[in-house]
Amino acid sequence: MNQKRILIVYRHPPYGESFAREALDVAMAGAAFDQSVALLFLGAGVTVLTANQQSEGIQEKSLEKQFAALPLYDVNELYVDADALRQYRLSNADLSLSVKALDTNAITQLLERSDIVLNF
Amino acid sequence: MTNFALMVLGPPISTQAPQSALNFTRAALNAGHQVLRVFFFHDGVHCGNQWLIPPAGQQSIAEQWAELAQQQKIDLVVCVASALKRGVLDAGEAKRYGKSAANLHPAFALSGLGQWIDACVNTDRVVTFGG
Repeated sequence: MNQKRILIVYRHPPYGESFAREALDVAMAGAAFDQSVALLFLGAGVTVLTANQQSEGIQEKSLEKQFAALPLYDVNELYVDADALRQYRLSNADLSLSVKALDTNAITQLLERSDIVLNF
Repeated sequence: MTNFALMVLGPPISTQAPQSALNFTRAALNAGHQVLRVFFFHDGVHCGNQWLIPPAGQQSIAEQWAELAQQQKIDLVVCVASALKRGVLDAGEAKRYGKSAANLHPAFALSGLGQWIDACVNTDRVVTFGG
């Protein structure tokens, strides 16, 4: 199978709707089929990355634990919109995953070098 | 000529996403392009429900896709994991889970995300609708 660079864009929060959860399924399926998968967190999507999520109170499984499995799938390229982090008053210390913060120009370059961009 | 794979994330009635995907497909085909596979994911799986009753004078989304797919040999795939959670079942799944009936339109097939990744790899361009 050819290998393509698939970029999965997160624009929705981790709970309250299921985009983040189902986008993670796509990321893992892509990696399982030997594609090069990267994730980009934009806007409200940056809240997916926050540490110490307590989802039991809303009868949901923790997404944080599921994201922690990404390295096992060789998904190691995680990018976040630096402006959105600032907007949500988050710093690296608040996040559960190791991500690279990108400015607008770097995000444009990331989109340009991806073969496929999937928006969730 | 460009080969497309489409992902539909939005449900019919509540969102415009399925109709936009249909309009895009018709426009692409009219311009001489091909749409090889449409993958219905997330709430988009409701597009495959043949029991939806459209407003008077409108054709249901499932019927529109079925007609187009038959004319143009488009593969209509509904994500099985997304579909089961939302009660979109074919005969096999209805039997497996002890449900009294199936509601998936026969023009659609239930399958896994591997079908989507395969479509991503083997087409020129991918477009998502909804989300």
